[in-house]
Amino acid sequence: MTKLETSILDILQDDCRLPLEKIAVMTGVSLEEVAEAIQNLESRKIILKYSPVINWDRTDRERVEAMIEVRVTPQRDMGFDAIARRIYRFDEVKSVFLMSGAYDLLVLVEARTLKELAAFVSGKLSPLETVTGTATSFVLKRYKEEGVIFEQDETDRRLVISP
Amino acid sequence: MNYQQYLNSRISNVPPSGIRRFFDLASSRKDAISLGVGEPDFKTPYLIRDAAINSLIDGETQYTANRGLLELRKEISLYLSARYHLSYQPDNQILVTIGASEAIDLALRALVCDGDEVLVPDPSYVSYAPGVIFAGGVPVPVRTCQEDDFRLKAAELEKAITTSTKLLILPYPNNPTGAIMEESDLMEIAEVIKKHDILVISDEIYSELIYDNHVHVSFASVGDMYSRTITINGFSKAFAMTGWRVGYACGPEEIISVMNKIHQYAIMCAPRQGQVAAVAALKTGRETGYESVLMMRESYDRRRRLMVNAFRQMGLDCFEPYGAFYVFPSIHRTGLSSEEFCSRLLQEKDVAAVPGTAFGPSGEGHIRCCYATAVEKINIALERIASFVASYS
Repeated sequence: MTKLETSILDILQDDCRLPLEKIAVMTGVSLEEVAEAIQNLESRKIILKYSPVINWDRTDRERVEAMIEVRVTPQRDMGFDAIARRIYRFDEVKSVFLMSGAYDLLVLVEARTLKELAAFVSGKLSPLETVTGTATSFVLKRYKEEGVIFEQDETDRRLVISP
Repeated sequence: MNYQQYLNSRISNVPPSGIRRFFDLASSRKDAISLGVGEPDFKTPYLIRDAAINSLIDGETQYTANRGLLELRKEISLYLSARYHLSYQPDNQILVTIGASEAIDLALRALVCDGDEVLVPDPSYVSYAPGVIFAGGVPVPVRTCQEDDFRLKAAELEKAITTSTKLLILPYPNNPTGAIMEESDLMEIAEVIKKHDILVISDEIYSELIYDNHVHVSFASVGDMYSRTITINGFSKAFAMTGWRVGYACGPEEIISVMNKIHQYAIMCAPRQGQVAAVAALKTGRETGYESVLMMRESYDRRRRLMVNAFRQMGLDCFEPYGAFYVFPSIHRTGLSSEEFCSRLLQEKDVAAVPGTAFGPSGEGHIRCCYATAVEKINIALERIASFVASYS
């Protein structure tokens, strides 16, 4: 990982819509080098996707989100990776993490309604052979996600002009 | 009652700050993007805040030694030695003050006698000239200019020296220009200083904010300047600790001792938690290779390049600053004065910048823009400035 690549990742993480010209200026290299570095990061699957952080609560789209703690028994031909793969193939599943602690997998699920989500848990997730138990909690309110504060809280507290 | 007859006219006659007027104007506009700030947009790193929080929880609320916590003075000594090759004894050569601001004031009060002339680079920080006047001296501006990258030149210095010259204030990296002085520049100044038997107050508060492989050289480490220099620095800019109010002065024992005399009577000691936080800043700095400082510096550097590039693209003559967090472009091509430019920019485009004249007459034709603000805001502000400049060219 070069210093340029780390800088570019930091910049893109903050704002991935910055034009390449500006990134080139900020890192002090040519436009071509930036473009090449980004392409390289993409092909090495270090950058996987560019997506905005959206506050869906401010739209009229209906959705319900849940975090499900899943306990599994890995089997001889079905270890954690294979179980996770099974689970993440469902469209409803937005994220899957292998966790240390009291349970094994943390699964973030999104559905249009409570009923749909419940149907997913009882109909698709729990019946999986290796799943021994699930505990579902619903997201009630988002305060901060991906480093972005959802409420209008972060005002600049500095004096407008100071010497 | 007419208070004029009671007030010290030397002080009440000091003109109001050029910045104040803009502050009032800009504050009234709720949605203005301000490039007029003079402090970091980072909060103090949590580890440092934590040390102060724990200190409060532990009930450490008493005065400290006048000169500051010994632990802090020891850390400062180590820091200056490691970073700038300076050797100051914690016992009697280091004084912890309420920000670098108090250190400058103490140095002036300890050294300036009535009528002494003090050389002040022009443009530079707003407090120097008033500070000299308050101490009973006469501030003498020394012109710096864009052609010289706003460095202080020996020739200009010589021109300004008279038999009454006592001190030079040397503020590099510089506010408002962002200029730095390389070792060779400092050596030329050192020659003049020695020749005329002058002392130097070196305000190095921006010493950590230096970019593009340039290295900060502390004036006291140049030639035989050690015995002629009071080195002033602090934590506000490097560690984003502006509100904590901690700084320090280092120098020859006798001078520090007199500065301490004023300090002990007028101030007692710098705020205890500020000092505790400063100890944490230097300690973790030592242990982590000043990681948090380097991270902030890198972030500023990107924004610096962004801003300089944008000003040049809009056709403004802008020298590249390698220090502090300000850009000082020339707005000459618009035909407006600095004040007019900034007033109109605020009224028409809702962007606040500071006129160069707030920092001295040589600032005319320039504006100061601070890049210690979110990239997003910088980009929007620069777009607005570009369209403003286009409409006046």
